[in-house]
Amino acid sequence: MAVNFVRPSIPKLATDPWAIQFDAQGHLKHLLTIEGLGPTWITRILDTAENFMSVTDREIKKVPLLRGRTVVNLFFESSTRTRTTFELAAKRLSADVLNINLSTSATTKGESLLDTLRNIEAMQADMFVVRHDQSGAAHFIARHVAPHVSVLNAGDGWHAHPTQALLDAFTIRRIKGDFAPLRIAIVGDVKHSRVARSQIHAFNSLNVGELRVIGPRTLIPNDIEPMGVRVFHDMRQGLKDVDVIIMLRLQRERMEGGLLPTEQEFYRLYGLTEEKLRWAKPDAIVMHPGPANRGVEIESRVADGPQSVILEQVSNGIGVRMAVMALCMSAES
Amino acid sequence: MTSNPEIKSVDLLIDSCFSELKQAVDQGKLSNPLMVGIHSGGVWVAEALHQRMKLAEPLGKLNITFYRDDFDTLGLHPQVSPSYLPADIDGRDIILVDDVLYTGRTIRAAMNELFDYGRPARIWLVVLFERDGRELPIAADTVGQRVHLAADRQIHVDGPDPLSARIVTREENA
Repeated sequence: MAVNFVRPSIPKLATDPWAIQFDAQGHLKHLLTIEGLGPTWITRILDTAENFMSVTDREIKKVPLLRGRTVVNLFFESSTRTRTTFELAAKRLSADVLNINLSTSATTKGESLLDTLRNIEAMQADMFVVRHDQSGAAHFIARHVAPHVSVLNAGDGWHAHPTQALLDAFTIRRIKGDFAPLRIAIVGDVKHSRVARSQIHAFNSLNVGELRVIGPRTLIPNDIEPMGVRVFHDMRQGLKDVDVIIMLRLQRERMEGGLLPTEQEFYRLYGLTEEKLRWAKPDAIVMHPGPANRGVEIESRVADGPQSVILEQVSNGIGVRMAVMALCMSAES
Repeated sequence: MTSNPEIKSVDLLIDSCFSELKQAVDQGKLSNPLMVGIHSGGVWVAEALHQRMKLAEPLGKLNITFYRDDFDTLGLHPQVSPSYLPADIDGRDIILVDDVLYTGRTIRAAMNELFDYGRPARIWLVVLFERDGRELPIAADTVGQRVHLAADRQIHVDGPDPLSARIVTREENA
């Protein structure tokens, strides 16, 4: 594998695998995972997003910040919401956007991923937004792109989905304010969820009062407590005094080997119904990264109910993705 | 070291800008104007003028960071206040206020941003200080004081309360 254009190696890389996210001046260059950002960068992204949200209220919903830049959405795994909000975010920053959907089967090997990368780099791209079903794919691409290119992870395998966690933090901050007094519960299929992993890192960085995960033993990783969460297997206990409930999508396609008896039973125990919602605080908000399986992890009346902020999450996703794109593209190449 | 020219008191300059603006309104050059300050020094000056002019509508504020043409070199700095315009600007007379007119790039960015909100009938530019060094064909309609400065000098406006101005030597890395 001849790689002629490897980024100059960052000395810190050996000790800190997240250092690749920053340029030599310590400025955010790639967003691959929440880890390593720390509260300062997370807050900076959220503050910047707050400013971009106002662009949406204008007659012309666009600012010229990234005019002349090219953003390539490189999706090896299907997605509607994430890809379209990244696309809209880039367009609102006046960048040119190219959407490339690639079948995963043809590109699971490193070599073909690199080949794909070189071809797209030849189109003078400035940023890759990458979604891939293999954990570490975005990281791999960040290590091999030309020095001027930024890479954003739009979800890699079971590993991370940092912009989703940031937009969730942004949504919570807009509604609830400070994180310190909050109890947040992440419910359902934590095991297969890159969203949950990124959320746990983000909320703990932001010093949330208490972070809980609720779900069946088969869908909660054994080693999760050291990440700074309290584990509950009982929904009633887990939801008690909670301010924010984040329902995860049950990854039905990954339910092999008896992880789950039946979806009906999962819904009976962990599906968020109006009745179970009453176990949380009366002003608790309900979130879901989408797409929701109605009647599997969440009842329609809850998803569409007054405590649901699911659609706000989608709108906020545009502002947060604009912020991440603008911040990463203002790094030194 | 060359000696710096004298700078008049900010209060006096605001008074003189105010009389000129009032005259423009009285003569019908500006009708029912909407005042907009450019973050942050321009907003401070605009607040003082807005108060004296007794305009009914609140003051508009522009934060032009997203419109700057030096984004590549300066990067994106965390912000505290997004742009805010209190009314539809289509067909309106806008009084655009900044503290110092120098290269003209800030005003260009501000005008670009204004046009993303709508199409004003006219934009009347008020600056507290105008100095040499224009890089774009932009001129102010109302000027508090014209100052000739060496390229390594800057006018620094401090505020918001009290509002004052001083000449500083540009930092080497600025």
